[in-house]
Amino acid sequence: MTDIRDDKRVDAAAGSAGSASVSAPATGSIAAIRPARRRLVGGSLWGLAGVLLIAVLWEGYKLLGPADGVVIGEFRILPRTTDLAMPHLWDMIVRLAEPVTRADDALPLWAVVALAALTTLGIAAAGWAVGVVVGIAFALLMQRWRLAEFGLLPWIVISQTVPLIAFAPVVKSWGSRVEIGSFEWQDWMSVALIASYLAFFPITVGALKGLQSPDRIHVELFETYASGYWATLIRLRFPAAVPYLLPALRLGAANAVIGAVVAEVSTGLQGGIGRLLIQFAGQASGDPAKAWGPIFGAIVLGLVAAGSVALLGVILKDYRRTEEIA
Amino acid sequence: MSDHTPNPPRAHEPMDAAGLADVAAVEVRGVDKYFETASGTVHALEAIDLNIVPGEFVSLIGPSGCGKSTLMRLIADLDTPSAGELTVFGKTATQARLDQDYGIAFQQAGLLPWRTVAANVALPLEIHGMASAARQSRVTELLEMVGLSEFADRFPDQLSGGMQQRVAIARSLAEQPRLLLMDEPFGALDEMTREKMQTDLVRIAADTGAAVIFVTHSIPEAVFLSDRVVVMSPRPGRISQIVPMRLGDAAGREDRTDELREASAFFAMVTEVREALHGGAADLLGAESRISRGAETR
Repeated sequence: MTDIRDDKRVDAAAGSAGSASVSAPATGSIAAIRPARRRLVGGSLWGLAGVLLIAVLWEGYKLLGPADGVVIGEFRILPRTTDLAMPHLWDMIVRLAEPVTRADDALPLWAVVALAALTTLGIAAAGWAVGVVVGIAFALLMQRWRLAEFGLLPWIVISQTVPLIAFAPVVKSWGSRVEIGSFEWQDWMSVALIASYLAFFPITVGALKGLQSPDRIHVELFETYASGYWATLIRLRFPAAVPYLLPALRLGAANAVIGAVVAEVSTGLQGGIGRLLIQFAGQASGDPAKAWGPIFGAIVLGLVAAGSVALLGVILKDYRRTEEIA
Repeated sequence: MSDHTPNPPRAHEPMDAAGLADVAAVEVRGVDKYFETASGTVHALEAIDLNIVPGEFVSLIGPSGCGKSTLMRLIADLDTPSAGELTVFGKTATQARLDQDYGIAFQQAGLLPWRTVAANVALPLEIHGMASAARQSRVTELLEMVGLSEFADRFPDQLSGGMQQRVAIARSLAEQPRLLLMDEPFGALDEMTREKMQTDLVRIAADTGAAVIFVTHSIPEAVFLSDRVVVMSPRPGRISQIVPMRLGDAAGREDRTDELREASAFFAMVTEVREALHGGAADLLGAESRISRGAETR
C-alpha cells in the first residue's frame, strides 16, 4: 500500500513542477546512500569478528584440547595441539617478520611470501583474462545459435570434471613443444592456461545466462528500432548481462587463483606461492610456524583477486539497477 | 458478423489529412493470423479489414483473446500475417519498421534500468546515429513535452509507474513518427494517473499530428481518446463493429478536456461501444459455457 501512495505523491510533484518535486526524491537518494555506508562498516565489523572468533577457537582449543588430539576409534577427528601441529598464532606472526633462512642476505618471510603471491597473482590474472575472453566468446556463440548451445554446453560442463592434477603435467609437456617463430612457450603459461581452464567455466555459464536475460519487451523494442545484432549486443545484451557477469567474474577469479596454485604445485613451477606452500610444508618439522606464511599469503591472494572484481562491480553499479519502482 | 465491410476514411476529417490523405497510414486487407501451439492451431485473427488515415486516432477494444494486440504486432512487424495484405504508409510492414515510420509503447514502460531518463529517451536516436548535440536538444524537447524535464538524470527505478510510462511515450515520439502504436500503455496505472495520461496523450497526438493505434480494455478510455473505436470479438479474432465517435462540440482534439468526461455525448458513445462489445461478449459467454458443459459431461 505505502508504495502506491508514494507513487502518487512523486507523480503529483512532477506534474506541478514545483520545487518540492526536486527536493522530495533528492532526500530519498541521500537516505539511500547512508544505509549503504552503514552496511559497509557493519560488514567490515562482522568480518573482523569472524577472524577474531577463529583466532579464539584456535588458541582455545590449543590450550584446552588433549595433546594427542581427539581420537575416535581409528580416526583423529580433531588435530593434535602440539606446537608442531598447531603453532601459536603469535609465533606465526612473529615468524613472518623473521628472515626466511639463516643466510645473511635472507629477506624476511613476509617479503618472500608477498613476492611469491604477486607472481601467482600475475599468472592467475593472465589465466583469468584468457578465461574471460574464452568464456564470453563461448557465451556469445551459444546465445547467437541455439544449436551451438545444445552442442557445446554439455562439453563445457564435462570439461570441468577432468581432474586438474592429472591434466596439469600434460599441458606442460604439450606446451614445451610449442615454438612459433621467436615465441617460445614458457612454463608459467602452462600454469596460466590451467588457471584459465578453471576460470572460463563460471564465466561462460554466467555470461550466457546474462546475454539471454533481456526481457522480451526489450528485445522487441530493439527490433522495432531495426537495431542490428551488434547494436543490440552493445546497448542491450551486455548491459543486461552485468548483474550475471559480476558474480561469474568473481567466481572465475577465485577459480583462477586455485587453478594457478594447484598447477604450480603439479607442474613444479618455481617462484609462485604454490611451490612455496610445498617447500615450507616440508620444513615444518623444524620450523612449524614458517609453513603458515604461504597459507596466509594464499588467503590474501584470494581476497585481493575477489576484491578486484568487486571493485569492477562498484564501477558498473548503474548496470545493477532494476526497473522496479523505488 | 463476417459481413462487415472495410471502413472508408470517416466523414469528419482527421487533423492532418492535407496532402497525406491519399496514402493510408495503415491499410489492412483480408488479414488472417494463425498460431501453431502445442494444443493445435489457434485462429487469432480472421478476415481483418481496416483503414487508418494519417492523423487519425483509432482504438482497438475487445475482450482478452480477441487479437487486438496481435493485430498491433502485425502492424509493428513483430509478427507476420498468415494471409492477407498489410501496408503502412503504402509500404510493407517490414519496410515501415526499417524506415522507422512508427513509434511504439507497450503495457510496461520497458525502460532500460541502467540508463537515465534522458538516455532512455535518446536510445532510438542513438541507435540510428543522430549526432550528439542534435540528440540532446531533441531529448530536452521531448522531456518537456511529457513534463519530466527535471527528472532527466534520474534512473527508472526512481520514478513512479506513471512517470515511467511517460518516459516510454517520450521515447516512442523521439523520431517524430507519423504513426504511434500503443498496446495498453496505461493498463497498469491507477485511475487518477490514467486520466491525466489520457489528457496528455490527446494533447501530444494533436501537437504531433501522428496517427495513433491504441489497444485498450477500457471503454471510457477508448471513447475519450479516439476518432473511431474498433470493437473486436474473440475466437477467432474479428472486427465486429467500427464505431465512429460523435462527441459533438468536443470532437476536436484540443477540446477533449476533463469536461468531456462528464458530457452527455461522451456517455452516449460509451453506451454505444458497450453495446457493440456485448454483441461479441455474448458470443464469448456462449462459447465458454459450451466448453464447460462439454467438460462436465466427459
